Amino acid sequence: MALKTIRWLLWVPLILFVGFVALVASGLVTPSTHEIRSQLIGKPLPDFALPPALPAKPGLARVELGQGKPRLVNIFASWCVPCATESAQLATLKRAGVEIDGIAIRDRPEDLTRFLGRYGDPYARIGADRDSSVQMALGSSGVPETFVIDGAGVIRLQHVGEIRPEHVAGILAAVEAAK
Amino acid sequence: MTAELGLAALWLAAALALLQLALAAMALAGREELLNGVRPVAVVQAVLALLAFAVLIRLFVVVDLSVELVALNDASTKPLLYRFAGAWGNHEGSMLMWVAILGLSGACVALLERRLPERTLVATLGTQAAIGLGFYAFLLFASNPFQRLVPAPAEGQGLNPLLQDPGLAFHPPTLYLGYVGLSIAFSFACGALLTRQVDAALARAMRPWVLGAWVFLTLGITAGSYWAYYELGWGGWWFWDPVENASLMPWLAATALLHSVAVLATRDSLRAWTVMLAVVAFSMSMIGTFLVRSGILTSVHAFAVDPRRGAFILVLLALYIGGALALFAARAGTVQEGRTFEPVSREGSLVANNLLLSAILGIVLVGTLYPLLAEAVTGEKLSVGPPYFNAAAGPLALLLVTIMVAGPLLRWRRDRLAALGRRVALPAGLALAALIALLVAAPGVRLLPLLGLVLAAGVALGSLAPLWGRNLRRTPMFTWGMVIGHLGVAVALAGMASESAFTRETLVALAPGQTAQVGPWRIRFDAVEPIAGPNWTALEATLQADRGGAPLLLKPQARFFPSPPTETSEAAIATRWDGQLYTVIGKGDEAGRWQLRLWWKPFVTLIWLGGALIAVGGVLSLLGRVRRERRAAERLAWL
Amino acid sequence: MKRAALLLLLTVPGAALADSAMPAAALADTQLPDPAQERQAKALMETLRCLVCQGQSIADSDAELAGDMRALVRRRIAAGEKPEAIREWLVARYGAWVSYQPPLDAVTWPLWALPLLLLVGGAWLARGRFRRRRA
Repeated sequence: MALKTIRWLLWVPLILFVGFVALVASGLVTPSTHEIRSQLIGKPLPDFALPPALPAKPGLARVELGQGKPRLVNIFASWCVPCATESAQLATLKRAGVEIDGIAIRDRPEDLTRFLGRYGDPYARIGADRDSSVQMALGSSGVPETFVIDGAGVIRLQHVGEIRPEHVAGILAAVEAAK
Repeated sequence: MTAELGLAALWLAAALALLQLALAAMALAGREELLNGVRPVAVVQAVLALLAFAVLIRLFVVVDLSVELVALNDASTKPLLYRFAGAWGNHEGSMLMWVAILGLSGACVALLERRLPERTLVATLGTQAAIGLGFYAFLLFASNPFQRLVPAPAEGQGLNPLLQDPGLAFHPPTLYLGYVGLSIAFSFACGALLTRQVDAALARAMRPWVLGAWVFLTLGITAGSYWAYYELGWGGWWFWDPVENASLMPWLAATALLHSVAVLATRDSLRAWTVMLAVVAFSMSMIGTFLVRSGILTSVHAFAVDPRRGAFILVLLALYIGGALALFAARAGTVQEGRTFEPVSREGSLVANNLLLSAILGIVLVGTLYPLLAEAVTGEKLSVGPPYFNAAAGPLALLLVTIMVAGPLLRWRRDRLAALGRRVALPAGLALAALIALLVAAPGVRLLPLLGLVLAAGVALGSLAPLWGRNLRRTPMFTWGMVIGHLGVAVALAGMASESAFTRETLVALAPGQTAQVGPWRIRFDAVEPIAGPNWTALEATLQADRGGAPLLLKPQARFFPSPPTETSEAAIATRWDGQLYTVIGKGDEAGRWQLRLWWKPFVTLIWLGGALIAVGGVLSLLGRVRRERRAAERLAWL
Repeated sequence: MKRAALLLLLTVPGAALADSAMPAAALADTQLPDPAQERQAKALMETLRCLVCQGQSIADSDAELAGDMRALVRRRIAAGEKPEAIREWLVARYGAWVSYQPPLDAVTWPLWALPLLLLVGGAWLARGRFRRRRA
């Protein structure tokens, strides 16, 4: 079209292209993680009340969290392989005095009993989230995930994926900070 | 031994590409005696690249597991067709296929092109060699398809089952033919900028390549869309997924180029713009390939993802596109713009066409990249999907389709609006009638599909208008091509709008013997049986569909492939003249009921029929142009 | 994933699948009785992004979480909630990523203004090609 009249316009495509290359090059160098993080960090826990996942243990409701002491809420499932691998770290955290509650996603009591019998049971309470609705209310998108809730019921930390031995110190620090 | 033969051929082809580039550069720098050496080198390079590709196909067909690529992607249990097509169903093979086609096209240009000044042709072949060289380097240094594997395994790992499908076996080659055709247009554009010979002769030389590339892109996208429709099992035919957008962008640019080339060839106008589009069209192919291969964007269709290779492609892309755009910026200012014209004229409508196509291209490109941009700037993740693309590009597309009716009915240089009004009165009347009929018979259709249906009716009739009052037998073949291509757009639009407006969906869990209703169809669920195929096992449901008349038998499957372990859902689709019945079997429950997904999609097949018609239109135009040019050449020879 | 379980029995024993043994949530694959509500729910589901998939809407995904999200959408629509309120609820939890419809805000206004910018810019570029109509 009327490109002849305005010489500087001819350089616009090249400049746009350089911008494109810079953008995708930065995208290649620091690839985006596929992790979707909860937007509720620093905000109070939404209200919920889950029935007990096992007959012998109480369920989990919003009112039990934020009673003055920080707690961990561990979102897990018996059918999830990474959940089994973090059991040792959960036990370590429990020994360090951290109180841990569980939310069992889409789980059946008999599977859960077997799972806890095999990998240990660090939980004070376990709520049964049969259709992932509380998981979604928390902004969690997978299992396992672990939330640190402070004494006032505010979400302080979301740990996505299994807790590996190197993550324990960070989570302990977050619990300490939430006191 | 065979693998080494292929590797040797590939190295030799790369060396010849280097020679071709050097010869062309020296010839243009003043060593005129070298001008004649470039064409033969291009031909030999093509023969060697094709030989390397043939060797790879042979390795796949005989399942030579001592070659790493074969061991990773082939299996002796695979049917012959997929062993054959498996050669390009992977990253390395598909890149080899790309350079083979690139070489072949270069050879065709070298052997056939006689219209351009020799210097421009040599500059074109030099550009071609430069492109080829980058991809040879990519193959030889970062994706050697002939790498040996020691020790050889006893059996190969097979091909991604989603790719084991006749449609998909030929989908990548089709798209690649399109991309490579655009690379020729790119080379022509760069060659002409180098020798400052941008004129109608360039447009006439470029046009068959653009038309051919465009036909293949059209077929590739149409086939890819149909594949996604029946293979992904959710009844959708277009998701605005990054990979789909990546294939759409070159098509949009090529469609714009096709129309601006027509202006340049016929009226010697829009010179710099046409050259720009030729650069952009191939750039979009490369950017598309990069986006697909680098895994930089999340896609449902991402099969071959590797960031390291992504970096290599990015470097090539920066060199070629950046180089071409810099050349354009430096040289386009010296290109005379050619003749002017009035807004109401054939040229005016083609400028509007280019404007709208470019705007749609911009929307698709920016929309696809925007999540990346937003995350780089703000750190927040963002999704841009169908709600944005439909809202932003849909109205422009409908406007474009309307102009498509008017354009062919306008005269070159200048025309009168009143005269145009008389020519489109009948199609406009039909569109109005369709609007009234739809409002009465099917209230509640949403605005975009409603407009789509109304326009489709008017455009279908209007696209035939250039034939009115003509002797059909003496109408040139390229006019037929245009008419059929435009009719195809109307047909596809009708299918899209109808699918969007009238689809009926039923989700239901049935026990054997129970029935469900979807649209006019009564579906009876008879049984589920395990069955075994050549390299898979499946659960197959038997459904009987009935709407009066003979009942139809449908057998949707849930398939399992052991190598590599994958589950796929095979929809059973029954095609009737007025639509498709689409059935999928899902999970079973403890009560013995099975989840079924049932859709009745009236006239959905028109989408792909329209795509095929568009491609047929392209083929007719191509044949018509080639024939006319040959006749013109004969006349010249006679004089 | 009973289908998967059955298929595994048919073919290779012992492959690990990360899916629960529970059936899909009640409204994951069951339509709402009111067609108008189901249309609303379906339209919303087509614009919500599955959290665990590679770029699919929850309407087009076999993932369990997508099924649970579909159930959530249908449950809330059936309870009379507006589709945009449900979208906001999810965006408040997962961020704008979960919605295929980008919001209109400081970050995304260029995206929404793009069609107009392109058309105006293109028309400005093209204007020099046109010759004025001779009287």
